[in-house]
Amino acid sequence: MKVKELLFAPVFSNNPIALQILGICSALAVTSKLSVTLVMCIALTSVTAFSNLFVSLVRNHAPGNIRIIVQMTIIASLVIVVDEVLKAYAYEISKQLSVFVGLIITNCIVMGRAEAFAMKNPPLASFFDGVGNGLGYSAILIALAVIRELFGSGSLLGHQILPLATEGGWYTPNGLLLMPPSAFFLIGLFIWGIRVWKKDQIEAPDYKMAPNTKPQAQEV
Amino acid sequence: MEAYLSLFVRSIFIDNIALAFFLGMCTFLAISKKIGAAFGLGIAVVVVQVITVPVNNLLYNFVLADGALAWAGLPDVDLSFLGLITYIGVIAALVQILEMILDKYFPALYNALGVFLPLITVNCAILGGSLLMVQRDYDFGESVVFGAGSGVGWALAITALAGIREKMKYSDVPEGLRGLGITFITVGLMSLGFMSFGGIDL
Repeated sequence: MKVKELLFAPVFSNNPIALQILGICSALAVTSKLSVTLVMCIALTSVTAFSNLFVSLVRNHAPGNIRIIVQMTIIASLVIVVDEVLKAYAYEISKQLSVFVGLIITNCIVMGRAEAFAMKNPPLASFFDGVGNGLGYSAILIALAVIRELFGSGSLLGHQILPLATEGGWYTPNGLLLMPPSAFFLIGLFIWGIRVWKKDQIEAPDYKMAPNTKPQAQEV
Repeated sequence: MEAYLSLFVRSIFIDNIALAFFLGMCTFLAISKKIGAAFGLGIAVVVVQVITVPVNNLLYNFVLADGALAWAGLPDVDLSFLGLITYIGVIAALVQILEMILDKYFPALYNALGVFLPLITVNCAILGGSLLMVQRDYDFGESVVFGAGSGVGWALAITALAGIREKMKYSDVPEGLRGLGITFITVGLMSLGFMSFGGIDL
């Protein structure tokens, strides 16, 4: 089985966030601090992997017209488990993640992969597809969080990296990076970067600039 | 009354669920290419939000919360861990019922909303509305107002974005930014605009 492809294709060439537009809500909301982001990534990757595994296990037994409900129930149960574990072992961080752990249920990555991949493939391949898509999601989120926390508050994982001007250092933090709009700008720029590198992802334009229609000087 | 009004305005502009809490982003970006479709989806979200948030509020306060089952003689039962699965179940069921009612009695509206209703089940703005309502301890009245306000705020944001995108398709965007990339930048600018409402003290 092409495990390597399943694991790493979603990271760059078929990234769930940058190309498939899946799971964007949480990508924007939980990236102002790296520690919170890491926990979110682990939570999402494990939910995606296991929901893919279980959906794939029951795919031949669940009738087609109730499959969405079956998937929803599996995903919701997994998210409840994750939520309870976080509350028990990482209470502070689960407070900061607030509603976004619960929102993994409606995170389109989980539903999307269950519907698009796990319904058609054997359990083990589905599991790795889940892990791979989780990694693709994590790659973007961690990059975002590093930029936002490092330049927004001069620290990483709570450790001061750039000494702040207010505390006698030289770095004046860029407050905009901690606010919602910066997440949109950064993801937009990421997409630009990935598409400059991988040309085949560029979208076709809706309208093309017409060639100059003025009659050309003809050679007579 | 004044408190309700301020909550309503606050949930439309200052705490806009799309632009300040990033909820419902997937559909927000995917269905915002045409104003008509965006407006239809916006209305559907308002309708579903106004119904589901209060229903989930009642469920939370009378069944799920710690000690809420006291009326049934079970004061020590805490079912709040079942919250997530209950809310998503309620949302899915209500959307289904709404779809059947609209189909039977308001076929014109059903045809207009048709495609968007099922999509709403997986729209995180709806589930997020219910979760935020629980987290902020709204009472029943407040949850109705919050449901309406957050729905209207989301509808406003998606319609505005669709308007911008309709104009933008004629412009010559750098290759790599075309489509999704420039949409993100636009939403960022809109979010910046909405942040200026933050100074309003209600």
